[in-house]
Amino acid sequence: MRNTIVSLISIVLGLIAGGLLMLFIGASPIEGYTYLFQGALKNISRIGDTLATATPLIFSGLAVAFAFRTGLFNIGASGQMLIGGLAATAVALTFDLSRPILLIVMVLAGIIGGGLWAFIPGLFKAKFNVHEVVSTIMMNWIAYWTVYYVVPGYFKGEFLETESRKLAEETTLRTPWLTELFQGSYINLGLFFGVIAVIIMAFIINKTTLGFELKAVGFNRHAAEYAGMKVNRNIILSMLISGALAGLGGVALYTGNASSMQIGILPSQGYDGIAVALLGANSPVGVFFAALLFGILYSGTGFMNAMIEIPPELANTIIAIIIYFAATSVLIHRVLNKFRKTRSNSNDVDGPVGKKGEA
Amino acid sequence: MWTIIEQIFPYAIVFTIPLLITALGGLFSERSGIVNIGLEGLMISGAFASALTVNFLQDKMQGSSILWMGLLVAVVVGILFSLLHAFASINLSADQVISGTAINMIAMALTVFLARNITGSGNIRITSGFTPFDVPILSQIPIIGDLLFTKTYATTWFILLVLLVSAFILNKTKFGLRLKSCGEFPQAAQAAGINVVRIRYIGVMLSGALSGLGGGIIILTYAGEFTGSVSGLGFLALASLIFGQWRPLGILGATLFFGFASTIANVSQVIPELAVIPPIILKIFPYVVTLIALVIFSKSSQAPKAAGEPFDPGKR
Repeated sequence: MRNTIVSLISIVLGLIAGGLLMLFIGASPIEGYTYLFQGALKNISRIGDTLATATPLIFSGLAVAFAFRTGLFNIGASGQMLIGGLAATAVALTFDLSRPILLIVMVLAGIIGGGLWAFIPGLFKAKFNVHEVVSTIMMNWIAYWTVYYVVPGYFKGEFLETESRKLAEETTLRTPWLTELFQGSYINLGLFFGVIAVIIMAFIINKTTLGFELKAVGFNRHAAEYAGMKVNRNIILSMLISGALAGLGGVALYTGNASSMQIGILPSQGYDGIAVALLGANSPVGVFFAALLFGILYSGTGFMNAMIEIPPELANTIIAIIIYFAATSVLIHRVLNKFRKTRSNSNDVDGPVGKKGEA
Repeated sequence: MWTIIEQIFPYAIVFTIPLLITALGGLFSERSGIVNIGLEGLMISGAFASALTVNFLQDKMQGSSILWMGLLVAVVVGILFSLLHAFASINLSADQVISGTAINMIAMALTVFLARNITGSGNIRITSGFTPFDVPILSQIPIIGDLLFTKTYATTWFILLVLLVSAFILNKTKFGLRLKSCGEFPQAAQAAGINVVRIRYIGVMLSGALSGLGGGIIILTYAGEFTGSVSGLGFLALASLIFGQWRPLGILGATLFFGFASTIANVSQVIPELAVIPPIILKIFPYVVTLIALVIFSKSSQAPKAAGEPFDPGKR
């Protein structure tokens, strides 16, 4: 409950900061936000696009949140998404299989690719105590350059050197009935995978021994070890699952929302996953709603930019500011505590004093 | 072979310098106990500030003074940005990695947002940057002259001077020792009467100043245009810091290594001897080497012991 309040306050503060930015460049914030929300939710096809935009964020958010639970900071979701997407694209462009089998193989390839990319930092962390932040950043850039050379080398597009060949419609995650239902939106099966992933992750974290052990390692590595848990194995496993989730996000991004891979870009969705996880307080359900919010921001800014001259980077800026406020949530906690204290003091003189330094 | 080395050398040095100064900034921050993975963002903010300043002044003034003014503004903007990180991680005990990530994201998004609003395209071009020159007399020395003293930039010599001064400050002055003590054992430092909060603020602000300078130098020497990113150099600077084991001369060696590795990768296609190596190998080489170095150094890491931990005066 308290986490939810802190998240909501962070969002409001981020939106206020975005409004100030609009004022700063001489635009009207009310008009800007009206167009932004219209652009994201005005009609059924736009809602579909918003949901599709949110899909990779659900995965990257889950990936970051899951690793966070084990006390690991997976900043490498971008690279894991790239490799997952590359693996799935490679499968789709190489093998000639019937659609259901092909999709399964693509998803598996994405899971394996992303998982492998996170396995290495996990292994280094467990065996050599190499800080996962630095090693995942390195893995990001290795992924970046791998895609940079593998795509033009093996899957070059017909027109552009900087793009992979376009996937045929039936080898992507898009399905005619969904596209029709949402009136031509690019929403795709990725969203269902995302929802399933949220449910499975919530189950693993809350209801299984594995989830309990992972959380225990996150709370206190030494205590977990003392209790007989295999800390190293859990660290590697947590990174593996986190990477697999990010890899799936890559599949949704590159073979669902898009149908080709561009080189020279680390997907920003990987970094946004950190914001999504923070805002969702590292719970799968929270991640889901945070991803939806960011989906609205991202898909709405295009329309806003078309209607009035506000650069679409506004969405990224708002999200970045939200992370900053989420990171400094101690401040919000302090203000809340003070607020509660004054209220309880005025209502009940003998009442308990608000807890101090809860964060 | 010799001609290749002779050709590559000046470019490699030019590429090394922004990396060096940014890593040096990171060194001040981490030695004071604050992990700063926002170096990339701080560099971007400096690059943006210098490009904007020079772009604004280039029609009104002549000469290289506007370039130095651009660098000065880059330093100031870098400091202002780093204050966000300092406030979050020192006053609010925020998770320093998350705060640093937020700095990166804010800088990346905000600079492009503003640049697009100013120029329409999101890119800011400058008409002329620093021009390379041959150092008189010294460039006549055989071998060394060709390698080190031809086609050099004024900024290169300036940054090397900053490096020397920094090494002196860190190892020989009272301030340097205090800074390092805050990164190793802040409670003891405080017991000895050192104001840990103030020292850490200075450390983070220095990292902002030097990273901003690094970003500015990229624009005003070899880039010539702000495009909204510094292509991961901030992260490479972070890797250099670890590779150089948090020592000024160590990071000089590490950044030179990365500078040469990147330059070789960039020019490999036009040099027949190097074209046989697949470019992907050359490109991922620095990152793979860093990973290997991390593993090798893991047992004997010289990382500041308190880096990344919020300062809690009550903890003993």
